[in-house]
Amino acid sequence: MSSGLVRMAAARDHAIRYGFIVLLFGLIAYFAIAADGFVSPQSAVFIFQSVAITGVLALGVTATLVVGGFDLSIGSVATSAMMAAAYVMVVLEQNAVVAVVACLLIGAVVGLINGWLIVYMRVPDLLATLGMMFLLVGLQRIPTEGRSIATGMTMPDGAVANGTFGAGFLALGRHRFDFFIPNLIPVSVVVLLVLAVLIWFFLEYTRFGRMMYAVGSNERAAELAGAPVKAYKIWAYVISGVFASIGGILLAARLGRGDIASGNNLLLDAVAAALIGYAVLGAAKPNAFGTAVGAVFVGVLLQGLTMMNAPYYTQDFIKGVVLVVALVFTFALSGRGKR
Amino acid sequence: MGNDAVFRVHGLRKSFGHIEVLGGVSLDLHAGEVTVLMGANGAGKSTLVKIVSGVYERGGGTMSLAGHDFAPEDFAPKTPAEAIRAGVVTVHQNINDGVVADLDVATNLTLDRLSGSGAPTLFNPGRVRREAKAVADRMGLAIDLKARISDLSLADRQMVAIARAMAHQPKVLILDEPTSSLSSAEADRLFALVDRLREQGVAILYISHRMSDIRRLADRIVSMRDGAISGVFDRKPLDYEGAVNAMLGRKIHLDRIVARNSAKPILTIDGLRIAEGSMPISLTLGDGEVVAITGLVGVGKTALAETLFGVRKPLTGTMTLNGKPYAPGSTGEAIAAGVFLVAKDRSENGIVGDFNIQENISLPFHRRMSRMGVLKRRIERATARQQIRELGIVCRSEKDEMSALSGGNQQKVMVARWISQAAKLFILDEPFQGVDISARRDIAAKLRASANGRATLLFVTELDEALETADRILVMSEQTIVGEHRNADIDLERLLAEVAGRPLHSAA
Repeated sequence: MSSGLVRMAAARDHAIRYGFIVLLFGLIAYFAIAADGFVSPQSAVFIFQSVAITGVLALGVTATLVVGGFDLSIGSVATSAMMAAAYVMVVLEQNAVVAVVACLLIGAVVGLINGWLIVYMRVPDLLATLGMMFLLVGLQRIPTEGRSIATGMTMPDGAVANGTFGAGFLALGRHRFDFFIPNLIPVSVVVLLVLAVLIWFFLEYTRFGRMMYAVGSNERAAELAGAPVKAYKIWAYVISGVFASIGGILLAARLGRGDIASGNNLLLDAVAAALIGYAVLGAAKPNAFGTAVGAVFVGVLLQGLTMMNAPYYTQDFIKGVVLVVALVFTFALSGRGKR
Repeated sequence: MGNDAVFRVHGLRKSFGHIEVLGGVSLDLHAGEVTVLMGANGAGKSTLVKIVSGVYERGGGTMSLAGHDFAPEDFAPKTPAEAIRAGVVTVHQNINDGVVADLDVATNLTLDRLSGSGAPTLFNPGRVRREAKAVADRMGLAIDLKARISDLSLADRQMVAIARAMAHQPKVLILDEPTSSLSSAEADRLFALVDRLREQGVAILYISHRMSDIRRLADRIVSMRDGAISGVFDRKPLDYEGAVNAMLGRKIHLDRIVARNSAKPILTIDGLRIAEGSMPISLTLGDGEVVAITGLVGVGKTALAETLFGVRKPLTGTMTLNGKPYAPGSTGEAIAAGVFLVAKDRSENGIVGDFNIQENISLPFHRRMSRMGVLKRRIERATARQQIRELGIVCRSEKDEMSALSGGNQQKVMVARWISQAAKLFILDEPFQGVDISARRDIAAKLRASANGRATLLFVTELDEALETADRILVMSEQTIVGEHRNADIDLERLLAEVAGRPLHSAA
């Protein structure tokens, strides 16, 4: 091979490896120049806040991608958890702890059902979780007959719901920690960081994470190496469900009500973040660090576009373009899927 | 016997990446003649066949059919179907490539007529059945035409694939290891058919390394080695030994192994039945012993291996491991009990493609290599390095991707995975599949050298592999053990008769 070819191959390797990180910093630099006030604490907070919830969902869906599956129900699990939190506190007049526990339980149960459908009922993952998505979108509307939940609302039977969101619960979405500048880092961002480090460590450094990757790459080989493959797959969906419900809790705490109309973009944004993560550092596989970078990437992009007064209706299109480009980076350029 | 070559290949080349698979192969096929092509795994036989049948593009060289240029890759559309229409028909080794599992036999028999120019647009079930019946009758095929392919045995599927190929009345017929999954009765049917076609003047290229097939059919033997023709034998009587030598590049002398006896039993199997209606299996494997179970494809070797490893449950019978009852409910339980299996078909059942060498080796033993769930990578790496050294795995480092390794080295990694920890019973199912001869010797030597302290059980189809590695050879036929031989002064005739399902003592 000539030295020119070697250099080209090396350059391509670098492009694949660092392409998305460079693109991220390029994007930040561009917005810093082009959009007034992009480089400011307020803007950073906006980005972090928008990233936090989708990021948590994306980390969850990463777990299912690792075992070779997919979870389309995460967005609806998050909104169901949000509605449940509101219902528990406002209608049932329970405290914040009960609400949080109820949400986490919903996430775990939905994950178990997803896993059961996929592993034991042999429903293909996309179809099982798509079905679950529709089911949950409908289910979350039944208790209030399609109404949003807020303090003082009138229930279908005519009673007035007098419960309130606890202050502690609202703090999850609204409190900000001081970080050099007072009131900078929202709680949700701390939650994201903790969960990201946890899932990253779990996937990269524990034997359970390693085996999940093995299941995703060659299920039969993992089984013949003694792994309880079915259990691993079900656990992946439980992780995804629980993470999505945590996202829902953060959403409820930020909104302070159970809003039937919010959370529509969660699924697309989270899936985009996780899939962009494939391309980060040339991993070519689902990974927690890449997912976190992907989430920040989507957040920066949207905040930048918003501040440049790009119309809201172009945002989904641009997200889609970025996602497709990221997938090209992963699959075509890195030579995966080629034989 | 015609002297004009019907089909002529000259200077054929093919490379995959930097690896040259065919380095200028020239080959003539004559009408009414069976040319046997022999070659070890990786010699380039399959690549040659795939170029001729239009699956791969050639890298260079010429081909001619009946005096005209033959260029399957120039056909438009560039498909095997065009090669078939031109008169070159190939029956591939992988049976399921030749049939569509979800369709019935009749449709499969007439499949080629459903596509291509001139095919009717409307699907006429009645006509399909009539045509299929004609094809089946010509072949003497006794299969229900309405049966779905997926409900048939592998042997029946093979017969369907061959029958369809015959329907084209080809000038050249290429059979790629066609008997590898046929019973002896079915193989006899195939041989009769090959005889008939030879009389009709078809030029036949028959790829096999089964000596019994070759002795029965060959008019001429061509040996291939490392992507080139290494010998052509057409003088009668055919020099079979010379052909084998040309294929292997050296005189095969069976490394006479000193068969060991074992006093201490490790595994005892009593009355184990692995299939409905089969005879029970009883056997004992001893400490330090290497035992090979040989038999044709489909006689239950893999089923027995999987039963021992907890993948499937026996119908009846008991197993005892080191004096304790052994009835694994899962692969995890088998491993915990010290029973390891190197499964056959490594790309399907063994290799984790996203993992490097080191991660592939450690796969079953994460628990032993971690503390509180956290993997100890230093131990993982040390284990991999030690195995790479001991088995002579050719690689740059333990971080290499599996896809960068040759078949032999990939298989060494699969063996390394399981031999890295002490086993009580070490099972290997077809461990030499797709493995070059030097890797095969390395693996066999390692198995014998490390045999003490465990029982080692190999399942092999090729008898030579059993003769080269085992202290004791058991023969399997129809889901049970039918013969036992100590690997010293073996009565090969008796052994081969048992393999073929015709034990000598039962002959009247």
